[in-house]
Amino acid sequence: MIAEIGHFALIAAFLLAGLQATVPLYGAHKGDRGMMELARSTAVGQFALVLLAFAALVNAFVTSDFSVLNVAQNSHSTKPMLYKISGAWGNHEGSLLLWALILSLFGAMVACFGRNLPPSLRARTLAIQGMIALGFLAFMLFTSNPFDRILAPPSDGAGLNPLLQDPGLAFHPPFLYFGYVGLSISFSFAVAALIEGKVDAAWARWVRPWTLAAWCGLTVGIGLGSWWAYYELGWGGFWFWDPVENASFMPWLAATALLHSAIVVEKRDALKSWTILLAIVAFSMSLLGTFLVRSGVLTSVHAFATDPERGVFILALLAVTVGGSLTLFAIRAPKLQTTGVFQPISREGALLLNNLFLSAAAATVLLGTLYPLFLDVLDAGKVSVGPPFFNATFGPLMAPVLGAMVIGPFLSWKRADFRQAMQKLWLGVAAAVTAIVLVLILSGVEGILPAVGVGAAVWIICGTLLELADRVKLARVPLTESWRRARRTPRAAYGMTVAHLGVGLVVAGVLGATVFKTESIQNMKPGDTVDVAGYTFTLDRVERLQGPNYQAERGVFRISTDGEQFATVNAERRAYPVEGDTTTEAGIHTTWVADLYAVIGEGSPTAGWTTRIYHNPLVPWIWLGTIVMSLGGVISLTDRRLRIGAPSRRRAPTGGSSSPAPAE
Amino acid sequence: MRRLLYFLPLVICLGIALFFYRGLDLNPRDLPSALINKPAPEFSLPALPGRDIQRADDGLARTDLTTGKPVVVNVWASWCIPCVAEHPLVDRLAKREGVTVHGINYRDRPDAAAAWLKRLGDPYAKVGKDESGRVSIDWGVYGVPETYVIDGNGVILYRHAGALSPEILERKILPLVKGAG
Repeated sequence: MIAEIGHFALIAAFLLAGLQATVPLYGAHKGDRGMMELARSTAVGQFALVLLAFAALVNAFVTSDFSVLNVAQNSHSTKPMLYKISGAWGNHEGSLLLWALILSLFGAMVACFGRNLPPSLRARTLAIQGMIALGFLAFMLFTSNPFDRILAPPSDGAGLNPLLQDPGLAFHPPFLYFGYVGLSISFSFAVAALIEGKVDAAWARWVRPWTLAAWCGLTVGIGLGSWWAYYELGWGGFWFWDPVENASFMPWLAATALLHSAIVVEKRDALKSWTILLAIVAFSMSLLGTFLVRSGVLTSVHAFATDPERGVFILALLAVTVGGSLTLFAIRAPKLQTTGVFQPISREGALLLNNLFLSAAAATVLLGTLYPLFLDVLDAGKVSVGPPFFNATFGPLMAPVLGAMVIGPFLSWKRADFRQAMQKLWLGVAAAVTAIVLVLILSGVEGILPAVGVGAAVWIICGTLLELADRVKLARVPLTESWRRARRTPRAAYGMTVAHLGVGLVVAGVLGATVFKTESIQNMKPGDTVDVAGYTFTLDRVERLQGPNYQAERGVFRISTDGEQFATVNAERRAYPVEGDTTTEAGIHTTWVADLYAVIGEGSPTAGWTTRIYHNPLVPWIWLGTIVMSLGGVISLTDRRLRIGAPSRRRAPTGGSSSPAPAE
Repeated sequence: MRRLLYFLPLVICLGIALFFYRGLDLNPRDLPSALINKPAPEFSLPALPGRDIQRADDGLARTDLTTGKPVVVNVWASWCIPCVAEHPLVDRLAKREGVTVHGINYRDRPDAAAAWLKRLGDPYAKVGKDESGRVSIDWGVYGVPETYVIDGNGVILYRHAGALSPEILERKILPLVKGAG
């Protein structure tokens, strides 16, 4: 019964989305206030209905209602409660429902908090949001209904892929989707602006907090996914350039570029059509990811069970959404007037450079991801584009971004003095050069690239801190004056500092994981020891244990250094009888500057066990860095200027706002 | 002209969509099986330098597959993580089961590949380096690792894409090698 309520709620939401997509658009065209206001009530109503449907599905999973096909296929009565709940979105249909839920959540948030938006822009934005919802709800209702019943319910379910039964992955999709789908708002704003034919500083200021919120979610989501891969797949790696990972990374690159170019639109009234294009591309990348994961055109360890019919539907959805918005872009964008002009050496110039390279990186990842498909379609053979391609192309494209992200904040708008900026940065340059030289001399690692990488991390962290010091005139004025300046510095500036520091941490962590790690693979019996990077790992014992829905073999390792034991880690190999799969759980001890990582493989008391031991220096910083980056985004979101719904203190600095409702 | 530039994103997007549409009918897991029960392709690869056991004629060529004894050809790379996983099994195949295993080192830096073998052990009789990936394309290599079983006359009997598992080793590869011998 409850499942049917969920189904009806979805149908009602679909009809409401139809209203939301059409009436307000017509109302905005005619200038009819009442019709425009319909956008807000329908957006909130749609959210309530989709939430009801989602609750119904979670209920079916929690109560193990195996008469619902989706539950029978993806759940099991012995599964722990957390994974019963997360199982609701651990499958194709359920994850689409989560998609639709977050889509309508963003629509409802704009409806509720977007009070200071001009009514016509708000109505059009929500109408576009309604169109996207219409497409996705139709997709669910016609091809992927999560509430389908089966006539003869099985006595128990088929279970959830054991790899997904993990706390990291339980929360990975909600965050990732918050980011993915949150970009729909930037997209809707961009399309609405194209319809209105007007992009100004006020527009940029409205669109930025939404993009920033989505970006934070995406950052955390990607971080969680990579963390999961790190300890669950048991290879000590954190990023595999897998098509599905790339699918989440491309929107992130585009959204990062969008965040930065929107600043230029807001402050300097330039780069308008570029920013609009980025907003469209960022969400298109999200849709592309959805398509890649569900259509089966590429292989991936993460992909859902696929079905060509669904593939055609999503492809049509993708073509209409992206093709339609880009057609509108091609017609309307040339008419956008730009007033801001700037020299190449200026803050705009630095932001433009950042944009160019981030976009080129996104395009490269796109090419690498789709290349096997292109060749396959052209019947030119099957290839797989491995990490060598991405490592060779992505690093060089990121290098200029990492260099410029430190210098940019020192440059003034319009026209800047590069020499003066570098004079303020001499300490950062010195620190980076010292780091490079030290690595070249001290570490046994060959080649200059690792050293340059360490230099880059030091450069970003030092340069970013120097910018903050420069802002408050630290050591140049009395401390009390610096403190006063620090308190008056807007939170958006702190947000940038924190986010950029996060990038520095991630760069350092990535280097640690790729260049400076030590690994050792051997056969061990209880009592055996192995030395890795100055630590002694002793396999203490291997025990069998029974989990809630699995049996495990657990290897207990004692870790000591200089004869002194300081940690034990448990590495497990779990066998899930229902699903017929095994997973590995790495045993990890982190010192925050390095991870000691142990994995136990197959074996027996007589033959011993295969074990893999890794010393991964700086790796925890990858996840610390992603959290710090999103924290920077959150700090920036609390800035008075951007606070959702809060009046801002002053008009757009360019005075370019001519919107009917004041931007105050 | 400048106005046309604004149509570029649309054109690119439509082009990609077209490829997607055609790609929907293809299954990326369908590996070309045309080579099964056919002779292995003609090839000759230079030896991977820097290995512990080095002989003068260490390059790997088609003639190494037609010695009358069945052999296993394993395609690997030092940057490939699943290759590390299957390595103990390749080792077991060569050292415990006494099967001749040749390696094709796929798109790798020779120094990295040699260091990898030093670290994990070197079970291979011969290792040819295929830096351009050209030979691997002839073999229809889809990704690394991949393993082929070849009878004594150079005919491909079996192919496994992806990391070996103990089951694959025991149920597929060993019976073939022993049976063909």
